[in-house]
Amino acid sequence: MSPLLQGIVTVIIGVGGCVGYFFLSNLILDKVIFPPRADNPGQNINRANLVRPWLFLFPAMAALGLYLVYPVVGSFYRSLYNRAGDEFIGFGNYTTMFADDGFQIAFFNNMLWVLFVPAAATFFGLLVAQLTDRLKWGNIAKSLIFMPMAISFVGASLIWKFVYANNADIGLINAIRDFFGASEPLDVLQVRFWNNFFLMFILVWIQTGFAMVILSAALRGIPEETIEAAIIDGANPFQVFFKIKVPQIMGTIVVVWTTITILVLKVFDIVYTMTGGNFGTDILPSYMMSYMFRDDGRATAVAFIIMIVVLPVMIWNIRQARAEMR
Amino acid sequence: MDNIAGTKSSLSWAVNLSVIFLVVLWLIPTVGLLVSSFRDRDQISASGWWLSPFAVEQNFQAKIPAGEARQDGEFFVIEGNIFSGGEGEVIRFGGARSNPTAAAAGETAELTRDRSLTVQENGDFVYRSPAEIKRDPSIYYSTATPPDFSLDNYQTILFSNNMDIAFINTLTVTIPATIIPILIAAFAAYALAWMDFAGRGLLIAMVVGLLVVPLQLALVPLLQFHNSIGIGQSFLGIWMAHTGFGLPLAIYLLRNYMVGLPRDIIESAKVDGATDFQVFTKIVLPLSFPALASFAIFQFLWTWNDLLVAKVFLPSNSESWVMTVKIADDLLGSRGGDWGILASAAFISIAVPLVVFFTMQRYLVRGLLAGSVK
Repeated sequence: MSPLLQGIVTVIIGVGGCVGYFFLSNLILDKVIFPPRADNPGQNINRANLVRPWLFLFPAMAALGLYLVYPVVGSFYRSLYNRAGDEFIGFGNYTTMFADDGFQIAFFNNMLWVLFVPAAATFFGLLVAQLTDRLKWGNIAKSLIFMPMAISFVGASLIWKFVYANNADIGLINAIRDFFGASEPLDVLQVRFWNNFFLMFILVWIQTGFAMVILSAALRGIPEETIEAAIIDGANPFQVFFKIKVPQIMGTIVVVWTTITILVLKVFDIVYTMTGGNFGTDILPSYMMSYMFRDDGRATAVAFIIMIVVLPVMIWNIRQARAEMR
Repeated sequence: MDNIAGTKSSLSWAVNLSVIFLVVLWLIPTVGLLVSSFRDRDQISASGWWLSPFAVEQNFQAKIPAGEARQDGEFFVIEGNIFSGGEGEVIRFGGARSNPTAAAAGETAELTRDRSLTVQENGDFVYRSPAEIKRDPSIYYSTATPPDFSLDNYQTILFSNNMDIAFINTLTVTIPATIIPILIAAFAAYALAWMDFAGRGLLIAMVVGLLVVPLQLALVPLLQFHNSIGIGQSFLGIWMAHTGFGLPLAIYLLRNYMVGLPRDIIESAKVDGATDFQVFTKIVLPLSFPALASFAIFQFLWTWNDLLVAKVFLPSNSESWVMTVKIADDLLGSRGGDWGILASAAFISIAVPLVVFFTMQRYLVRGLLAGSVK
């Protein structure tokens, strides 16, 4: 059976199964377990309504538990065992990893990514959002800058690999260098340290659209009176932007910043496609993938380090969400 | 406060110009690759894509037959036309591989062993040698070739490189992995939004927390789990994985939207005797269409563009490669320098997401606004 056909059958079985589950489980609950007839229908209805939320939640909770909660524990557990998984070595994987040069480079680079990408993407996003705010063709401009969001990290990497190509007749960067009189083409992906920034810019290119969309909506939400008042008081456009608008959307800026930060800690595609982690460009996710299938103990240890780095953001998010619900 | 209107108009030039600059900066990389995907392979390496509308100077090599040499005084001479009847315009030429463009058309190039070579613009050449010519000499020349745009690259990549299989595999992964989580999440989101039960707040907090759990954690334990229950690396495995990974965002987005639905509608339906199941299927689900569409687009883009999950949960043989894996693991290695092929492969893989993106942008933006934790 061709995979596509298999996929369609799965959709039908999956959707049918879900609908069937929800329908039948509700039916059984109402008609068989707690029928509203019997001696005390009122009590039965109440009981049924106590159980029902869990019927609705069960499939989602089971999937979340298995695919996201269990792995946190499972990965940590696995990281305490050796490469083959048959010998408990405590924090052995972590101590050898911390001593490894490759890990230190990856960790350092990852911190660079975390500092630079969210900052740059938020900056460009805010810049575009502000500039296009009152522009007639602003929506078209925004749409075009937003477009890279639809492109896969692999596709984007290919697009930029072409720009960075080590040949003045192919790569735009080298063509510009050539125009200004450089004699030899330069492979920017092999320039130590700075090559990281050439990789980071790919993610900035993708994420600017995301920042722009959210910040643009936030800018629109600013009460008009505050801006008018500032202009009447003689504020110039820069003062209006920095002293009136930015403080009012600070909350949204922080949200955009943290969302991109989390993304940065997960993206391995760009490094994997562009350099394969060579030339000192490794980051934690790509470092982990180099051990995946080879040394699961080490791979899970790296994954757990990523989890620990994400943890503060996670806690902050939960607190924000709880505060908002009250 | 000197004339606000005046300041505005002088600034608006700057604003327009800088927006144009940013848009061009953002578009150029994609346009470059798109243009290149239609160009001939040799032209790509001969001139930059920004020069693609113009004729390209390309280098060629021609062998001239030593047998046609005739004696002219003390010289042996070969005459003829390098295009052998065809059309063309020589720009530069040379007689040595090490210096293929030594002289301009019409000049005479001095070669080693006192030989000389003259090539005219129309291709007529005269090759002189003081000694007898034994092997066929080579002439290197460059001509201006008109731009060559075609769909050849797309044809090559699609029909002789198995990109069509990869395309179908991507589609196969994407469709169930987009549809199934929506349904599961919608029920859960309804429960979290409109049903009262102990522990609801805790569950919502858990969903928010799970939003940021790095996927990397899930890879090893879940692959082990899939192996132990006999699924192994397969399409079924990747559908289940994508479903699990997509659920937090789905539940979060849908709950946020459903909570905002007017309470009156739901309560009056309940007063009229509708059960929760009926309220959900007949009222909440249809009203939540925009949120469902937002999530569907997200999940579609994410599963279509994913590389990590596909690398881990799908078998690593070439029949089950999705497009991202095919490009990253196969084409970039085996076709590393062949930019025509790489570019067309990239555009085959991003065409569908781009169409979805431009047609459904409205829902995508709405989803983004609802989905980021406020």
